[in-house]
Amino acid sequence: MPKLRAYNLSLTARLAIGLSALLIVGGFVLSIAAFAYGRVAAQDAFDRLLVGAANTIASTISISDGALVVELPQSAFDLLALAPNDRIAYQVRGVNGSVITGYALADIPGSGDFGSQDVIFFDAHFSGEPARFVRTVRQFSERQLSGTVEVIVGQTMLARQELALDIARKALIGLFIGGVAILGITTLVVRSALRPLAEIATTVRGRDPQDLTHINQNAPKEIAAMVTSLNGFMTRLEQQFDVMRNLISDTAHQLRTPVAALRAQSNFALNEADDHKRIQIIEKIHDRSISLGRLLDQMLSRAMVIHRLESARRETIDLRDIALTLLDQVDHTALYPDQDILLDIGDVPILVRADTVSLEEAAKNLFSNALAHGKSPITVGADRLGAKGRLWIKDAGPGPTYDLQEAIGNRFLRSSASRGKSSGLGLSIAKSVADAFGGDLNLHRHKDGFQIDMLLPLIGGKDD
Amino acid sequence: MIRPVVFIALLILRICQGGIANGQEAVQVFGADTAATVLRLRTTTDIEIFAPTVQDFISLYPNYAVRYEQWGSNDLFDLTANECIDLGPQADIVISSGVHQMVKLVNDRCADQWMSPATNSISPELMWRNEIWGITREPAVMVYNKRLVSPADVPKTRFDVLDLLRPQGTPFAGKIATYDIEASGLGFLFAFMDSQEASTFGALMEAFARTGAVATCCSSEIINGVIEGRYLIAYNVLGSYANTIAKDQPILGIVEPQDYTLVLSRAAILPRQKAGPQKAATDFLDYLLGPRGQAKMSANFLVSRPQPTLSGAGSSTWRSIGLGPSLLVAKDKATVARFKKRWKDIFSDFTQNN
Repeated sequence: MPKLRAYNLSLTARLAIGLSALLIVGGFVLSIAAFAYGRVAAQDAFDRLLVGAANTIASTISISDGALVVELPQSAFDLLALAPNDRIAYQVRGVNGSVITGYALADIPGSGDFGSQDVIFFDAHFSGEPARFVRTVRQFSERQLSGTVEVIVGQTMLARQELALDIARKALIGLFIGGVAILGITTLVVRSALRPLAEIATTVRGRDPQDLTHINQNAPKEIAAMVTSLNGFMTRLEQQFDVMRNLISDTAHQLRTPVAALRAQSNFALNEADDHKRIQIIEKIHDRSISLGRLLDQMLSRAMVIHRLESARRETIDLRDIALTLLDQVDHTALYPDQDILLDIGDVPILVRADTVSLEEAAKNLFSNALAHGKSPITVGADRLGAKGRLWIKDAGPGPTYDLQEAIGNRFLRSSASRGKSSGLGLSIAKSVADAFGGDLNLHRHKDGFQIDMLLPLIGGKDD
Repeated sequence: MIRPVVFIALLILRICQGGIANGQEAVQVFGADTAATVLRLRTTTDIEIFAPTVQDFISLYPNYAVRYEQWGSNDLFDLTANECIDLGPQADIVISSGVHQMVKLVNDRCADQWMSPATNSISPELMWRNEIWGITREPAVMVYNKRLVSPADVPKTRFDVLDLLRPQGTPFAGKIATYDIEASGLGFLFAFMDSQEASTFGALMEAFARTGAVATCCSSEIINGVIEGRYLIAYNVLGSYANTIAKDQPILGIVEPQDYTLVLSRAAILPRQKAGPQKAATDFLDYLLGPRGQAKMSANFLVSRPQPTLSGAGSSTWRSIGLGPSLLVAKDKATVARFKKRWKDIFSDFTQNN
């Protein structure tokens, strides 16, 4: 049941849920990225201030009477005051590393701890608060004094954190607005894209049940595919309808005559006073009902074949297997004890693409015809003929009397029904099957008998 | 006008006077001795100038008493900085004219934060980190003796002072006084801000040295010198003191220099305590920054407005000494030493040359 509910969920809702999930996950990742970026950007911006201040201080250091003179420039502190609420730490160290002026700054590295780089940033504590420091140097090479003077300037990080948060917050606000916009636009787009579907549904719902004509509706490419297959489906439905109609009318037509005959003869039997004659009539009724049974079999078989031809999957079949199955399935020894049956197949598989049941049914009909009307011996064989595979049945008789070539393909033969025979229907079934799988049905009269070939294209036959 | 409260306070003052610490100039307790809380106030402001404001505060909050300790600015800074180390301040609020020293205390993390509608109402340049606030507006003025200086000679700007000193044998030689920046923290601050503010400062110092100007200590001494005629003009005197004295001494003329006027805002901080700021201290601060405190201080010349000027330039010549990290420069050891050395060199050169 939950599965059903999931399927019932509207596409809009699905897209909304999917996109929301994406936006939440993406938002989470982007938040982290935004905070990281904000931190880096803020760090960078305020580091520049630190360097600026430190360099300004360094530039005002001078030498007077062999001693370093530091006169702090107000501008350096004005620069640092751009971080309005941060405390400032500074220190100027002379050439021997001693503090000339500024804070004692116990927590920061000594002169020897810095590498060869002139400008170095580091984090340390300034009276209990985390702070960011920069250390720059100024080289002196005067007669009285030469060496490196270090200027260290630090600042607590309130403004950095605030800026980082601000950058991240703005990025997230943008992201949020963008996300909401994406969701909104997606909903609109999905609705407008799916509108043709609703229109098609309305059209189909409003139709007459008998109306299986094509839907002519302009639709986007993706939906057009669905409309096309819907139209294809309706075409097949109509074909099925036609088949059913034909079947029903054929059946009615073919059954009417034999049933009328049976009724007439049973009437005779009722009115016949002479026992001997009545038994003769009853024997006739018996023969007729057997024949009617065969007719019914074949009609059902045909109906089934026609149905399967429409719907069944094609599979790879060895025609020799069909020939073998034929001999196994048809119980000829009981019904036709006089007929000799021969099998003629080779070692090479004869592979064709068809539906097994239909093919067997077609072959069975042909074989039954041969058993019923042909002369012994009857030979069943399978072989190759050029690019075709051939299933053939041969008997020693002259073959049917009527013009079979003409009869084949006709849906039914009046004569067959009226004579209580049904060979024509069997042929018709075989012909339909052969046609359906791209093959053909050939009939030959030889000097030594009659042969029916069912030809089907071999798999890869063109290459042989 | 003397209320019983003050009368009692004066009695207590008498009793307390025996226990005045080193560097402490005066102590006075305001409010009833039955008051639930005693607010410990340390300030550089003279008691007589700030007392009306404190009394007004107590009349508003009768359950507070105020122990008022008057200190010299350098001693007050040293004391507060030392007490900061073990977070055991003996004051709940410190108000000093040595604003650079207060800024240094804030930068050293020696102050508590406080935020209220009153603190938010003041100009951002008179506030830093919500830990230091400028409570007054006191211009640095020039005072002169009205009887001895003819109206035509009254200087309106620093350039006028330079012009007065320029002629050979000028009567102003040796008759101009200013703070000795080594003896007075406020004098140093004004001089230092002058040096940052304009290039006139160098010329002025040089002229002062050449004509034998007097560098001496303390507002009241300088102003009284002018009244007595020992000096004709005094430069960079705190306007609040000058106006207070001028009330009774009409002979004292006051000029706000119209090239620019430095304006001091005494800085208040709440020395950092383990338990955070005291309610009495924040109440006092909010009172001082609020309209009633400002009005009271205005009546005592602690909060001034710019003098109307002839040029109509108005208050644009007022340059506030902003309370921010930039003032750390005025507290830098090397920078201060350098500045004082230059000052001394100028004045000693003059002495040697004579």
